[in-house]
Amino acid sequence: MTEIRLQNINQYFGETHILKNIDFTFLEGKFYTILGPSGCGKTTLLKIIGGFVNQTSGDLYFGDKKMNEIPANKRQVNTVFQDYALFPHLNVYENVAFGLKIKKVSKVEREARIKEALRFTNLTDFKYRDIEQLSGGQKQRVAIARAIVNEPDILLLDESLSALDHNLRVDMQYELKELQQKLGITFIFVTHDQEEALALSDEILVMDKGHIVQAGSPKDIYDEPLNKYVADFIGESNIVEGEMLEDGKVSIYGRAYECVDGGVKSGTPVEIMVRPEDIVLKPLEEGHLNVTVDSILFRGVHYEICVLDEDGYEWVIHTTQKTEEGKKVSIYFDKEDMHIMVPGEKEDEFNERLELYEGIL
Amino acid sequence: MKRVLALPYLLWMVVFVILPVFLMIYYSFNDMSGNLTLQNYAEFLSSNYIKMTLNSFWYAFLITVITLIVSYPLALVISRLKHKTFWLLIIIIPTWINILLKTYAFIGILGINGILNSVLEKFGLMKIQLLFSDFAFITVAVYIFIPFMVLPIFNSINGINKNLIWASYDLGASKWEALTKVIIPLSLEGVKSGIQITFIPALSLFMLSRLVAGNKVVTLGTAIEQQFLTNENWGMGSTVGVFLILFMVFVMLVTRTKKESI
Repeated sequence: MTEIRLQNINQYFGETHILKNIDFTFLEGKFYTILGPSGCGKTTLLKIIGGFVNQTSGDLYFGDKKMNEIPANKRQVNTVFQDYALFPHLNVYENVAFGLKIKKVSKVEREARIKEALRFTNLTDFKYRDIEQLSGGQKQRVAIARAIVNEPDILLLDESLSALDHNLRVDMQYELKELQQKLGITFIFVTHDQEEALALSDEILVMDKGHIVQAGSPKDIYDEPLNKYVADFIGESNIVEGEMLEDGKVSIYGRAYECVDGGVKSGTPVEIMVRPEDIVLKPLEEGHLNVTVDSILFRGVHYEICVLDEDGYEWVIHTTQKTEEGKKVSIYFDKEDMHIMVPGEKEDEFNERLELYEGIL
Repeated sequence: MKRVLALPYLLWMVVFVILPVFLMIYYSFNDMSGNLTLQNYAEFLSSNYIKMTLNSFWYAFLITVITLIVSYPLALVISRLKHKTFWLLIIIIPTWINILLKTYAFIGILGINGILNSVLEKFGLMKIQLLFSDFAFITVAVYIFIPFMVLPIFNSINGINKNLIWASYDLGASKWEALTKVIIPLSLEGVKSGIQITFIPALSLFMLSRLVAGNKVVTLGTAIEQQFLTNENWGMGSTVGVFLILFMVFVMLVTRTKKESI
């Protein structure tokens, strides 16, 4: 019932155009992530949904209800703030009870709901702790408990994991994902961390300079980025310039390769993206390009290898294969691993083209 | 090195704080001819001085409460304004003017031929004797203490994380509930320091009661002045002073903040 619809939302702060014609519908019960660099407008978008910022123009609907004029305290939305914003004068229990007391929920029901929320977030033992005595991860959980105890239709999370150290953050990612599945409500999570976005979301919205550049499942966005910006932002990538020869054939640095993309006019300049983990090292002359190994970086799970091809272009490779600096080898990638992007293409045109050629070539 | 640097301050403390306090305690055990006695303390505990003490506390209490009632909303409003520092400066500037001058200004305003009465006269109303009353005393005292109360309250309100207020709205609080459940509890420290700064000096105000209240208000401050300057009974004056210090310590203990430990 509570789908969130943004219609042509624009936001100005003074002269600065923060959000530009945002149109998007958040479906109920999904985990959305808004991903983008700082200053791209992602937090502002969240604040508009939460009711903390009034959009300059455009409409916001929850279901069929227009929310433009409805203040934050009347929206069935709760927020987990970036700094958690826990009330320092109240203990864990009182923080969680805050919303219910305000809504004048009966004492019996209140107790039951608080107990449940604390159990849900593994905080039962910390009930009477002062906020100052809690660790970062515990504070985070109190903030979540304080929000979900109100049984909101939508939970907004503003960079909620960024203050935690790496291990804790990974733990909290699992917990968040699990929580969302148990509660079955819409989560809208704002982050600049692409790994987090890929791990958590049902759908990712990639934003840049006030636009939603691309929206889709983590796999779609990772495998089929719309353009160089998305490809660069999500994961690492090798992007080279080329030219479309015909459907299923592309030229890179003057050599023709088979590919699985089509629907682009012959002679169109395109960008070809190959993910570093899709490149395989082969003995000299056996791959697509002969290269010289320039540097090797041990990254734990894999080596990050930089190679230079005969034309002097650099390729980044993630592999567990061993090699040596200065060695001459050859690189190879499957035609499925080449992803072709047409500069300036719109998201709709892009999706249409993909659907058209899916499975044909 | 550190000790050498601390020396001037230590000297200052000894000469201007510790020594005078001990002198005062010593004098409080002297009668008018210089003999050691407990007579002064016995007199202070008589009904006359107890009444005066209660009177002092009552006025100080009234002044503090009214100052707080005026200052809290003022501090709250200033913290919301665009040019906070400017408005704060406007509030602070009067403290740069000597209290005596401000008091005389009030005599000009409240006097029988003062501005207020001439306005009343213009409207065909009767002249009122405003000066030399409790009302005048409290009004002027409140006026003088407002900046001292506003400043600490403003600082603590201004220091509240804005997200906490957003969080309270997020959890369904109205503006009023955000004020009573978040802003006020979180600015209590500022209120406490404001009370300290107002209540303690208000206990011993004597110039105001002389000039504005026309001796109708007798407080411990006026008693001390009278003992020293009129009766020349330094012993009794010192005894009142000792009690005044005890009261101040008491007030500070009651209003001390969590972080301070005396």
